[in-house]
Formats: sequence, C-alpha cells, structure tokens
Amino acid sequence: MTEVFFASAIGVFTACGVWLMLRARTFDVALGLALFSYAVNLFIFAMGRLTFGAPAIVGQGGATATLADPLPQALVLTAIVIAFAMTALVLTLALKGRFVNRGDACDADDETRIEDSPR
Amino acid sequence: MTMLPDHWLVMPIMLPLLAAALLLFVERVRPAWQPFLSLAMTLVLAGLACRFVVMTHANFIGVYLLGNWAAPFGIVLVLDRLAALMLALTAVIALASLVASWRLARRGPHFHAFFQLQLAGLNGAFLTGDVFNLFVFFEVLLIASYALMLHNAGGRTLRAGLHYVVINLVSASLFLVSASLLYGVAGTLNFADLAVKLPALPAWDAGLARAAALLLLVVFAVKAALLPLGFWLPETYGSAPGPVAALFAIMTKVGIYAIFRVYFTVFGGGEGVLAGLGSPALFAVGMATIVFGAFGALATKRLIALVAYLVLISSGTLIVASTLGPVALGGALYYLVHTTLTVAALFLVAHAIAEQRGPRADRLGSGPPLPQPVLVGLLFLVTAAAAAGLPPLSGFIGKVLMLQGSGRAPLATWFWAAVLGSGLLATVALARAGGSVFWKTHGVAVGAPMPAGDRLGLAVLAVAGLLWIAGANSASQYTAATAQQLAQPQSYVDAVMRQVPVKLPARSPH
Repeated sequence: MTEVFFASAIGVFTACGVWLMLRARTFDVALGLALFSYAVNLFIFAMGRLTFGAPAIVGQGGATATLADPLPQALVLTAIVIAFAMTALVLTLALKGRFVNRGDACDADDETRIEDSPR
Repeated sequence: MTMLPDHWLVMPIMLPLLAAALLLFVERVRPAWQPFLSLAMTLVLAGLACRFVVMTHANFIGVYLLGNWAAPFGIVLVLDRLAALMLALTAVIALASLVASWRLARRGPHFHAFFQLQLAGLNGAFLTGDVFNLFVFFEVLLIASYALMLHNAGGRTLRAGLHYVVINLVSASLFLVSASLLYGVAGTLNFADLAVKLPALPAWDAGLARAAALLLLVVFAVKAALLPLGFWLPETYGSAPGPVAALFAIMTKVGIYAIFRVYFTVFGGGEGVLAGLGSPALFAVGMATIVFGAFGALATKRLIALVAYLVLISSGTLIVASTLGPVALGGALYYLVHTTLTVAALFLVAHAIAEQRGPRADRLGSGPPLPQPVLVGLLFLVTAAAAAGLPPLSGFIGKVLMLQGSGRAPLATWFWAAVLGSGLLATVALARAGGSVFWKTHGVAVGAPMPAGDRLGLAVLAVAGLLWIAGANSASQYTAATAQQLAQPQSYVDAVMRQVPVKLPARSPH
C-alpha cells in the first residue's frame, strides 16, 4: 500500500511541476521547478528500494536482517542541496528580471526577441 | 617515462576550486591582482593538460581513487585519451577567454572567481568516472556559467539567461531521474562497473535500463543543443558577453563528450541489452540539427547569432559522425578541437565587430565603417574560412577525415550531403554577413580600435589552431587512437576495476 502512495506522490508532484513550468510566468516556473525536484528526490529515494525501520549503516552489533541502501540517501542529500541553491538562483533572477523588465512574463515575445532588437 | 605523482590527477579540479576561493579574498584586498592570479592558474592548468596528453599518448589510463576506496565503491577520476584531449582544449579556450575578458571582468564583481569555478566544473566533468559526479560537475559548471553569462547583464540578457537557467534545471532533474534509474537497475553508478553490469542484466530489467539510457541522451542533447532541445542556444550565446561566449564554445562540447563517454564507454561494450541503442536516434537528431543550424545561419539577421548557429551545425556533425564507426569518430574528434577553437575565435571577432560598429552593433546590413577594417576584416576572413571548412585550414582536414572515415557505412551518403551542404550554406551565410558588415557602409566610423586583450585572446586561439593544422598528422593519429580507445572500452574498464587502493602505513597503537 505504501508503494502505491509513494508512487502516486511522485506522479502528483511531477504533474503539478510540469503544469506550472509550462506557464509563462517566472514565479510559476520557479514553483514548478521546486515541485519537480521534490518528485525527483522521492524517485531517487525509491530507487534504493523502500524499507521500514532498517538501518542504513551496519552498527556494532553486526548486520541486521534488512538494511536500507545508504547510497540513494546520500544522492538525495546532494540533490536536495543543489536543487535548493538552484531554486534560490531562479528566484533571484526572476526578481531582478521583474524589476528590470517590468513584469514576470518569461517568454520572449516579438518585441523582446534578441535577434531583431538592438543590443 | 616519468609519471607525475599520483595526486596530480585531481589537481585540474582542486587547483581552480582553490583559486576561486582565494580570488574572493584577493578581490577584497588586492583587486588588481585578480587577473594575474587567474591567469597563472589557467597557465598551470594548460601545462598540466599538456602533460596529461603526453602521458595518455603512451596508452596510459590514469585512475585516481578519491578517499582511497576501490573502484565500484568509491568515487574515481579517470584520465584516458579523450579526457586528456578535452582538458587540453578547455585550457586553451580558457586562456584565450581569460585574456580577452581583461576589461569585461572589471565591470562587475567576482568574475574571476566564477571563471575558475567554471574551469573546475569543466575539468571535473571530463575527469569523473561515475554518473552521479558527472551530474554534480555539470551543476558546478552550469551555476558558474549562469553567473558569467549574466555578468554585467541588462534586461534582455537577463531574460535569455532565465531561459537558459530553467531549461538546464529541467534537464538536471531528468539527469537525476535517469541516474537513479540506472542505480536502481544495475546497483552501481561507476562507468566501468556499469559497462560490466549492464550487458548482464536480466531481461525484465532491460526496459528500465533502456529508458534510463535514452533519458540520459535527452539530458546530454540539451547540453549539446541537438535539435528538438537546442533552441535555447542561439539566444543564450547571442546575448552572452564576447569572451564568455568564447568560453561557452566548450560547453556544448561537454554534452558531446558526455554522449561519447556514455554511449561508447558505458553502453558500447558487449552485446547486451543496450548494444547499439540510440545510434539511429542520434543519427536522425544530428542530421536535423545540421539542417536547422545551416538554415538558421542563413536566416539570422545578427552576426553573433550566426556564429551561434554554426555551433549547432558542428554539434550535429560531430554526433552524426560518431554513429558512423570508429574511423569517422576519430575524424570527428579532430574536427571537435578545430570547431571549438574556431567558434571561440569567431565569437571574439563578431563581438569586436559589434563593438566597432557602435549603435548598429552586429545587425547585418548597412552601418558605419569599422575603424580597423583591414585587421578585423582579415581576422573575420580567416576565422570564417576555417569555420566553413575551406582548405588549407583545419576545418577542411577534419571534414576530409570524417568523410573518408564514414566511407563504408550504409548511411554515409546522407552524411556526405549534410556535411558538404551545410558547409556551402555556412560559406554563403558568412560571406553575405562579411559583405554587409565590411562593404555596405555609410557615414563615419564611430567605434574604438580593438582592445589589446581581444587581440591577445585571438592570438592564443590562432597559435593553437595553427599548431592543430601544422601537427595535423600526429593530431589525427592521436584522435584516431582516442576513437579506438572509445570503441573498445575494455582497457578503460580494466584500468578502473584493477586499480588497488594505496596501502596505508599501519596506525601506531596509542
């Protein structure tokens, strides 16, 4: 049953993330990226197989019957840190863009296309 | 042969990281010292990379065990021919870009620190021996590249920068999905270990492994700007400052490198579930990229965007050539070095032209005359001829090597048509652009002459390019041997898996 919930959570996060990212406003895109990275983090975690109450490190008493895979946990940690930094960066860019470009639309409409406008 | 001490293998990553940290201090205390420190570090990297090329030329594969754990369990850095070649190329481009950015760096904070972080990320991506650290170094080089691209940026650059950031963040998430999927299936992320384990996968896991492999291809295609995923490139490269765009010439090659590394070293060996996977897709995608790049180059109204479309053509050409057998791959690697140097030089020249034309910038069409028409014109002529692949420059040699190498492949005819056709279209586009910039002029010159930094940067690229032509025989032998090493990953796998940890002296009892 947990597997179903876990998989559904990943699916819902991904769907919301993709939907938000496809909206052409920077704030929505930033939120979408954050949701998508949650989905990815859960997915990485699941790739180490779902276990309950199992230690990730073999302690003094020797190995227990089940052990959680520690590597995906380490990967998730790295991914969380990187995603956090990147979200912060996108928000900074979005804020700066909002003041410089007067609006948070993030599509290049005709008058802002770089090809045609003066530098 | 004298070997460098063991720890030198990690230095191309450690030294720039250290320099970046140091530069942040120096910026506060002695701002004028920054470029010299940065330059010194880049020169050291160049020397190191040259040493690595010489070492790997003797069929040496260097393996460095970080934390002294044996291969599949710990993190490894691996130096083979391809890695050494890419390190050397990075160092040359970095040197040219750094010299040319002498003035740009003063216009905003932290330029040199980010530059060194970018180098650390690039070198790490070329040296790393596992999928997850490839992801980490991708992030390092990307976050530095965001900062460099937006250095001293205005509104429009900011918007193009946001596109670049978002598309790379999405591809980073996909990278994580595919990397963890590979781990879930094979239980390892080490390139060499994956190369051993993937062919032996049971049939019920093969589908997942294939999905992960193709998802990785999507991620690398974003980096290499292959067609359905490459639309961000002309805007991004077109709005980055000149020296930064020159440095970015190596960034698409990181994507190409990753495709080569994963598709040859990791998935290439053995007759397992992943053998031959992706090759037809790569061929089609590469061809489409060539066509799109060629027509984009013809259609664009800006000189700098034109150069960006040439980047697309070269990406597509390299990818298509890599699917046509190891001999063509050897030619493609020769062409890769040529095209990186040439595109970097063209970006510098195009930005010099844009600066000299004042408000008209790099838009094609009638504008004020250039203050230095002869110097800039000759530079443009030579770099454009090199980019279009006209003899006797290295583009021509590279194309001949690729076309000869593709001889027997069933799809070679299409490749010939694409390479020759895109070369023709690129020549037409460049000639038309050059004509309208240099000859269709009116009014008086408004721009300032070319700064010394730009000239020096171009000189660095010119020397490297001339060496690549003059030494074409040994260079093409090196790249041919590199392609052989890629096509037969067994030596790579053996070197990594057989590397034993250093014996530490027994700890004395307290």
